[in-house]
Amino acid sequence: MAVDYGTLKKGGFMRQKQKNCFSLRLKVVGGHLDAKQLATIAEVAEKYGNGYVHLTSRQGVEIPFIKLDEIEEVKEALSEGNCEPGVCGPRVRTVTSCQGKEICPSGCIDTYALAQELSDRFFAMDLPHKFKFGVTGCQNNCLKAEENDIGIKGGIKVKWLEDSCIHCGLCENICRSKAIQIIDEKIVLNEDLCNFCGRCSKACPSDAWEKKEGYILSFGGLFGNRIHKGEEIVPIIHKKETLFRVIDEAVAFFKENAKPGERFRYTIERVGEEVFKEKIKEAYHG
Amino acid sequence: MADFFIDEKVDITDVVCPVTFVKAKVAIEELEPGQILSIHMNEGEPVENVPRSLKEEGHQVLKLIKREDGTFDLLVRKGEEE
Repeated sequence: MAVDYGTLKKGGFMRQKQKNCFSLRLKVVGGHLDAKQLATIAEVAEKYGNGYVHLTSRQGVEIPFIKLDEIEEVKEALSEGNCEPGVCGPRVRTVTSCQGKEICPSGCIDTYALAQELSDRFFAMDLPHKFKFGVTGCQNNCLKAEENDIGIKGGIKVKWLEDSCIHCGLCENICRSKAIQIIDEKIVLNEDLCNFCGRCSKACPSDAWEKKEGYILSFGGLFGNRIHKGEEIVPIIHKKETLFRVIDEAVAFFKENAKPGERFRYTIERVGEEVFKEKIKEAYHG
Repeated sequence: MADFFIDEKVDITDVVCPVTFVKAKVAIEELEPGQILSIHMNEGEPVENVPRSLKEEGHQVLKLIKREDGTFDLLVRKGEEE
């Protein structure tokens, strides 16, 4: 029987140099694996692979040296431990994320929850080429949002609450973008300079900042043969509904316009940046 | 600006993250709740992170004073014991 490498690849089985051996990629969302899944992975690597795993550059796990004739058995063993094969090829890949505000003191948004939502909606969706989502919780950008086809960065939009302010001077001094100035006991926020890092509101000893979580989107990042930083097109988004409307539009644009094997950035350039920006702005405004 | 009576001082300009916060935390633990510690720190990472960490530990930041040499003195009132 001829081996259907296409189907195997779609199911996360990456052909190795070694004959009849595959590196099995697993589905991981936001770099999160529970202890049971890890134990299962260890067991499968021991029994069917060479007793080790490879951690991929995008928070995935691959088990190398899986034999062609044991693939079904391996899938079965994995599914018993709540593990699924991942995907390769022209489709939506692993959604990556940092730990976000639930764990990290710097986090502005719940990145795990959002990565899960994105994964549920888009993971493995067939598209003209690979398509990557990454979610990072704040301006520290541990998850490198802009290297993804669509990057999402958490931010906090702040508003000074005069009545709660104790005038300690902290916010003015810690603002990295020099957006805060204290003039005659009043705090003046320069919204053009604010990058929504949220540091002022997190450090404020008297919680004198109103906080509004938001998502900063970037489009068309590449970090392989060519490197291109994903670009922001619309302002920070506060509503999930708007966020998904804009993302849906971007994915639809790629699906409709891309040539097979063409990455998102190249499609945007070929069809026209202005055309794409218009589409995204329209979706943003609803 | 209100004046505060400073009970103790600590200098964390001789250490770097994450020891900056550790040194500040050790110093504040020597005090009684309500007492005030003045922490001398560098600009940049220490001033961006140490006040926030102290807040998260339940202490009250009162004032950040910028010195002419670019360093800071942070006045913190020790919070109630957990």
